[in-house]
Amino acid sequence: MPGALIQTEDLVKDYHLGSRRIHALRGVSVAIEPGEFVAVMGPSGSGKSTFMNLLGCLDAPTAGRYRLGGLDVSHMDGDHLARVRNEKIGFVFQTFNLLPRTTALENVELPLLYGVTSARDRAGRARAKLAAVGLADREHHHPAQLSGGQQQRVAIARALINDPVLVLADEPTGALDSRTSVEIMALFQDLNRDGITVVLVTHEADIARYAGRSLTFRDGRLTRDERIADRLVARELLATLPRGDEPEDDEAETAVSAS
Amino acid sequence: MNVLASARIAVRALRVNKLRSALTMLGIVIGVGAVITMVAVGAGAQARVAEQIQSLGANVIVIWPGTVNMAGVRLGAGAQATLSEDDAWAIQRDVPLVEVVAPYSRGTAQVVFSNLNWSTGILGVTPEYFPARDWEVISGRTVTQEEVDGASKIAVIGQTVARNLFGEEDPIGQVIRIKKVPFIVVGLLDRKGQTTWGQDQDDQILIPLTTAKTKVLGGNLAKGRAVGAITIKVREAELMKDAENEIRELLRQRHRLQPHQEDDFNLRNLAEVLQSQEAASRVLTMLLAAIASVSLLVGGIGIMNIMLVSVTERTREIGLRMAVGARGQDILAQFLVEAVTLSLIGGAIGIGAGLLGSSAIAYFAEWRTLLQIEAIVIAFGFAAAVGVFFGFYPARTAAGLNPIDALRYE
Repeated sequence: MPGALIQTEDLVKDYHLGSRRIHALRGVSVAIEPGEFVAVMGPSGSGKSTFMNLLGCLDAPTAGRYRLGGLDVSHMDGDHLARVRNEKIGFVFQTFNLLPRTTALENVELPLLYGVTSARDRAGRARAKLAAVGLADREHHHPAQLSGGQQQRVAIARALINDPVLVLADEPTGALDSRTSVEIMALFQDLNRDGITVVLVTHEADIARYAGRSLTFRDGRLTRDERIADRLVARELLATLPRGDEPEDDEAETAVSAS
Repeated sequence: MNVLASARIAVRALRVNKLRSALTMLGIVIGVGAVITMVAVGAGAQARVAEQIQSLGANVIVIWPGTVNMAGVRLGAGAQATLSEDDAWAIQRDVPLVEVVAPYSRGTAQVVFSNLNWSTGILGVTPEYFPARDWEVISGRTVTQEEVDGASKIAVIGQTVARNLFGEEDPIGQVIRIKKVPFIVVGLLDRKGQTTWGQDQDDQILIPLTTAKTKVLGGNLAKGRAVGAITIKVREAELMKDAENEIRELLRQRHRLQPHQEDDFNLRNLAEVLQSQEAASRVLTMLLAAIASVSLLVGGIGIMNIMLVSVTERTREIGLRMAVGARGQDILAQFLVEAVTLSLIGGAIGIGAGLLGSSAIAYFAEWRTLLQIEAIVIAFGFAAAVGVFFGFYPARTAAGLNPIDALRYE
């Protein structure tokens, strides 16, 4: 499959824990086409996190091969992997991972600091991405002044700043209440419709149903790879949900401060 | 990522914990301030000694009578007038290295002007005394040869004497009485200050040597051609040793001393004594600076401590930065710049503290302090180096983090 965006062949990852060797991933071969929306599922310890780290070029495989956009990244050194992450991958985390006491705009700009963009272009691009996630009026707010949903939108804008070929979202709704979760999933579906490949790690079956395909891991192996038949459309669901802006914000903030 | 951007990130990170950053900087502030102050104090002391050398007159050798044995009894120095005017003129004639020779005698006397009394030193001098000591009058004139030949009753007075007898009044032309003998004041000497041994050189009256012998000074010095001491100015500083040896040889011959006999005079190169004092104070300055720089080092350890804490606290931030594309060297640079920023700001404040400290010492302790630009530059540079040195280990720790572990760090 020469057109695949992500292509892994027999991907193996072992960890050393003292003298013990942990087989986190025991040979995973999968191909993901550009424009797909894939949910990665599995209980903890199934190897899904390890798989995500490898897809995100945060780690190098012990054996096997991983091609991202036709580029073999399996044997790259740290500096090259950092460059791949910077240019091709956008990360969204469960706990948002925004820099505290730093404005939304500056948080979005962060990946550009490690690229070649000039200071003037940075602000402009960051502004455009913030507007794209519906936060044009919150540029100068600090994370503490934003609700959980808004913080996650800032994080998504940051993930998009370098126009990545792949967005990796690790439990992006884990710290959010249900309505906000749907809003965030709507955003991901919008992005996907615009052609961005999204890979989403979740242990919630409900959330996985917003994706188009699910990969299920167990004991370091890919055990199931299926199309999602009854796919949910977040925008439709949102229309049926009652609007509750203020309470939603309060809940979200409580959830954040507890995490 | 350029240095400017790193510096901006660093300043923001430091502002987050203002008190902590300030306390961390304090070590560097104190260190740099202490180095600058201590060097200023040391340099002030050195300058004072150098000034005293100047006030003695450059290249000056002083000879005064030594001990003599008379019938097996050893008499104290100066008990016997072993130096004469003729010794002085012989030195002038026979030692070509010598520029000028000035024999003089010293005593003390009560001086009266109208209803004011002042006890002061009386110096009987010849015209050569003024060039020999590099001493000039600020008004009036010095003693002339005719006045020495004619034993004139004229006086050239020092600043302290003038202040005590005349206050604000112009002393020139006034008549003072020294041991009841009236003298006309013809000159007022320039200020000379204290000698190393604390004697006020401005508290003296200079009169012709002949007049001093006949009218003012008693004892041995009144007799014949004896003089209390001889001041000699040598042509060049490098020739001091040679001049000393030649003068000693000449005097021993003139005094008919056998090889086994000791000198019956003392010959001192005062500048040399002071130069060794200057060297001592230079060593002291370096010692003070060394002690002060220990506190800079301690300040550096403080920076390292806080940077290590900061790296631990910001592990997740480091993980995030790595995830979005920061390389190890970017993280290294970020924390290194932060440490150096701490030490540079601390150094800059320390310069202020040093300036303040040295002027406070000058004001309250009334010590002379002299700010040294080199000390300021070196202290500041050392502070920067401390920041790099002690910031490197924490920064490398940060750069070496695994992005996955860092992102998961709780």
